Amino acid sequence: MTLSALVLAPFIGSLVAASLPTNARNREAWLAGAIALFGLATTLRLYVPGQTVYERIAWIPALGLEFTLRLDGLAWIFALLVQGIGVLVVLYARYYMSPADPVPRFFAFLLAFMGAMLGVVLSGNLIQMVVFWELTSITSFLLIAYWHHRADARRGARMAFTVTASGGLCLLAGVLMLGHIVGSYDLDAVLAARERIQSHALYLPALILIAIGCLSKSAQFPFHFWLPHAMAAPTPVSAYLHSATMVKAGVFLLMRLWPALSGSEAWTWSIAGAGTVTLLLGAFAAIFQRDMKGLLAYSTISHLGLITTLLGIGTPLAMVGALFHTLNHATFKASLFMAVGIIDHETGTRDMGVLRGLYRQMPYTATLAIVASSAMAGVPLLNGFLSKEMFFAETLLVGGDSNWWMSYAAMAVGVFGVVYSLRFITVFFGQAAAPFPRKPHEPPRWMRFPVELLVLICLVVGIAPGISIGPVLHQGVLAVLGPDTPHYKLAVWHGFNLPLLMSVLALILGAWLYQVLLRRFQLDRRERTPILYRLSGAQAYENAMLALSRAAAFWLHRLGSERLQAQILAMLLILVGTPLWLVGLPEGWRAPPPQAADPYFVMLWLAGGGCAVAAAWQAKYHRLAALALAGGTGIVTAITFLWLSAPDLALTQLMVETVTTILILLGLRWLPPRLTPKELQLTPPWHVWLRRSRDLLIAIGSGLGMALLCYAVLLRPLPEGIAAFFLEKAAPEGGGTNAVNVLLVDFRGFDTLGEITVLCIVALTVYALLRRFRPAPESIAIPAQQTSPLDAATRQTPAEQANSGYLLVAGIYMRLLLPFMGITAVYFFLRGHNLPGGGFVAGLIFAVALIVQYMLAGTHWVEARMHLRPHRWLGYGLMLACATGLGAWAFGYPFLTSHTAHLDLPVLGELHLPSAFFFDLGVFCTVVGSTMLILVALGHQSIRSHRMPERPDARQERS
Amino acid sequence: MEAVVAIAIGVLFGSGVWLILRPRTFQITIGLMLMSYAVNLFIFVMGRVWIDKAPLTLKPGIPAIGDYADPLSQALVLTAIVIGFATTALYLVIMIGARGLTGTDHVDGKEPKA
Repeated sequence: MTLSALVLAPFIGSLVAASLPTNARNREAWLAGAIALFGLATTLRLYVPGQTVYERIAWIPALGLEFTLRLDGLAWIFALLVQGIGVLVVLYARYYMSPADPVPRFFAFLLAFMGAMLGVVLSGNLIQMVVFWELTSITSFLLIAYWHHRADARRGARMAFTVTASGGLCLLAGVLMLGHIVGSYDLDAVLAARERIQSHALYLPALILIAIGCLSKSAQFPFHFWLPHAMAAPTPVSAYLHSATMVKAGVFLLMRLWPALSGSEAWTWSIAGAGTVTLLLGAFAAIFQRDMKGLLAYSTISHLGLITTLLGIGTPLAMVGALFHTLNHATFKASLFMAVGIIDHETGTRDMGVLRGLYRQMPYTATLAIVASSAMAGVPLLNGFLSKEMFFAETLLVGGDSNWWMSYAAMAVGVFGVVYSLRFITVFFGQAAAPFPRKPHEPPRWMRFPVELLVLICLVVGIAPGISIGPVLHQGVLAVLGPDTPHYKLAVWHGFNLPLLMSVLALILGAWLYQVLLRRFQLDRRERTPILYRLSGAQAYENAMLALSRAAAFWLHRLGSERLQAQILAMLLILVGTPLWLVGLPEGWRAPPPQAADPYFVMLWLAGGGCAVAAAWQAKYHRLAALALAGGTGIVTAITFLWLSAPDLALTQLMVETVTTILILLGLRWLPPRLTPKELQLTPPWHVWLRRSRDLLIAIGSGLGMALLCYAVLLRPLPEGIAAFFLEKAAPEGGGTNAVNVLLVDFRGFDTLGEITVLCIVALTVYALLRRFRPAPESIAIPAQQTSPLDAATRQTPAEQANSGYLLVAGIYMRLLLPFMGITAVYFFLRGHNLPGGGFVAGLIFAVALIVQYMLAGTHWVEARMHLRPHRWLGYGLMLACATGLGAWAFGYPFLTSHTAHLDLPVLGELHLPSAFFFDLGVFCTVVGSTMLILVALGHQSIRSHRMPERPDARQERS
Repeated sequence: MEAVVAIAIGVLFGSGVWLILRPRTFQITIGLMLMSYAVNLFIFVMGRVWIDKAPLTLKPGIPAIGDYADPLSQALVLTAIVIGFATTALYLVIMIGARGLTGTDHVDGKEPKA
């Protein structure tokens, strides 16, 4: 097993968990637990004490990018923490989640989070670490918003995500700077370049950006406000992400980069400063919470502040204390969160104003929670006491003999910690004033087990730190400090000294302060934190978000337009303006043109250009005329292709022209009449004239620009391109003399495959859109021409018209024509590889042959006789084209390599059969399928019975 | 020849531009058709103007540069023509669909304020 398996397993597990049925709580929990246990075992087995284990997977070797995983002491401790707490949280969540909750989503997100978190701690590359870092933000967002029907969950999730993900972006910028300074993003290179980093001019900005990332993730001032709102998440999530692991990612990164970044004045000021403010703020606010989870959230903020302060102090011993407290905090805080979850689960409330006397109903849970909160308060013989004492000792050290501010702050936090811990355990004593929403009793055996285990760890570490946590801690310390590792001893008893005095004093003062607050300030009835409620970070955040969206709306309104015409105008102006701006006007060209103009060609384009201008003019007044005129331009274009040596294009253009005209004719019926007919003689106002003049100028300008550009290019010699290659290789290697067709089905076969796929997608989109088509009410009725009583044909169906009515001759003629058109299609298809023709042209010809039958005899008649399934044509065509391409693989060649087989047939003689033939057959089928699908779907609209959209006034009349 | 082709492309493009600046969906559709003719022709003649030199290498021997038209621009345009048909169909269906849903054929889905 390798390191990558460690990171990958949770992600794979996440996918599996997501696909299990909704009520599979047990299977989900077994899966997640097994993955976490597997991770634990692997982590323990892979680690070599005192050394760093690497795994590098080449990603883009040409760019020097690789996926690096790196397991040293620090990563090892955090990996154990993530997976160890993970196992317990999974077990707990199995009982916490209600059967009504969709558990696959929960466990899938939880496992994905575990994977992302392991990615952060194991990354050996800074950018890679940031990617995983942002992944933890995303999974945290998803988990907080797990109960997304609740507004507070959605709000909390958005807030947490905005803050931590923005912090992550700052971190990315900082890491990029760091990589720029060092010249590598490899963690080892960065850690080794301390002097270079700290003397560089970019050190300060990089430090600030990285600090913003870390502080926002670890809920440090001024970004701390998101954490209390994240408590809307299910309690297992709060225990796992928002106390034990994810919020520790910030302090983890500070520790990770400690060798490279710490020690400067800027480091101490920014990190220790933020930490000190946070620890005071959090501890103070925790006292005044009513929600038990809120209290724990603010307490978490405060403890994270403590760790941050220790890291900011920057001495090696402070670093030891920080790591130690990280572990201790994870154990007691996770157990406290779980205990709160149990209380919430059993009583239906977390309000400390209501909860009383729980000790009687749940003595076990109460005892456990009391022990854990004693650890939080720093009572001796528990793990919290040890690391808090280390903290006291460091704060005494940092100010020297004169500056005691840090020590006062530490003392205050110690006192506050005792107060809120006391407040926390009041729920177990006394007598409840009112009955709880549910009658509480002890939780299931295995729901309590994680709490028991964590509390046991608190006790063991608190009583015998040297032999329990000591060796583990030492690995992490060695990994960060290396040769600078100080001599330290984890022990309960260090003799009578100042830190001990501070601890004892904090306990006594805390108990006293709690009594004072309770008696004089009605602590149990307070709704908000005194003084601090004015500095609501959450409110500031909401205001900022509101201002941001208002500003966006304002600028959108000012700079944007919802009107299409304005948008097209802007695009055209840029289209015309940019080339002029970039290259200037084309320089003078060489006269005279190399080829004299053919007078017939000039006349042809007099007609073609005239058609285009007339179509532009008539599109408003007479749609049918405009369509016919545009078709005329199309025909002229087709003739031009033929004239200028492109027979394939001419054929294709001609057929496409035909089907496009039929297409638009089918659509014309559903368009409304013009709003202001010419007969009304309305004179448009002046601003309309102005707009039209402007548009005319733009049209003339862009036409002129296009003509000039085209002319300028045409008079320059053709640069030596790749055309010669295609011409040269077409016959010998492509097996065909029609270079255009060989290009399409062979040299650029992949391109063609893409294009026929687009064709399929468009055809299916058209089909799907038409299934939901609701025509305008006035166009539903049968058109006037078809209801005229004078015309005998109106009393006949289209089929009758074609079989016995006035279309009899044409009908027979067309039916006779069908096989001939079919043969024409086959002919063009077969000769395509060597002479003009091919799949595209043949497909269009065949489609036209079928459409002609529809046009004459009507949909019913044709479909009663012919089972044409355009979807299948599409599917088989694409499959054939792909299979031809894949066939090359079977012979060990790259995708779409073509091969020409030479067959000796008895009657026909020798036959060249290139594999491109089958590819072209696929193209043929796809073109037939998509053309038919589009046209038939549109044609069917006329025979469908459309429901009249009900007018609102009609509905009122009825009621 | 070159001048004629260039002017033709310019006229088609200009007519198309005029139409796509109009407010009615049908005008836009016809405008896009005209523009696609212009653009297809433009791409096509980027391989220069050749007369009677279709890229069919029927003669034996290695083909010389001046003997045949550029097949690359032709191949590019050929698929573009077919795709052009498909996108025209898509415009058309969106056009009539929007007409049914909004009750107007104005491009913005509502009649402009007078």
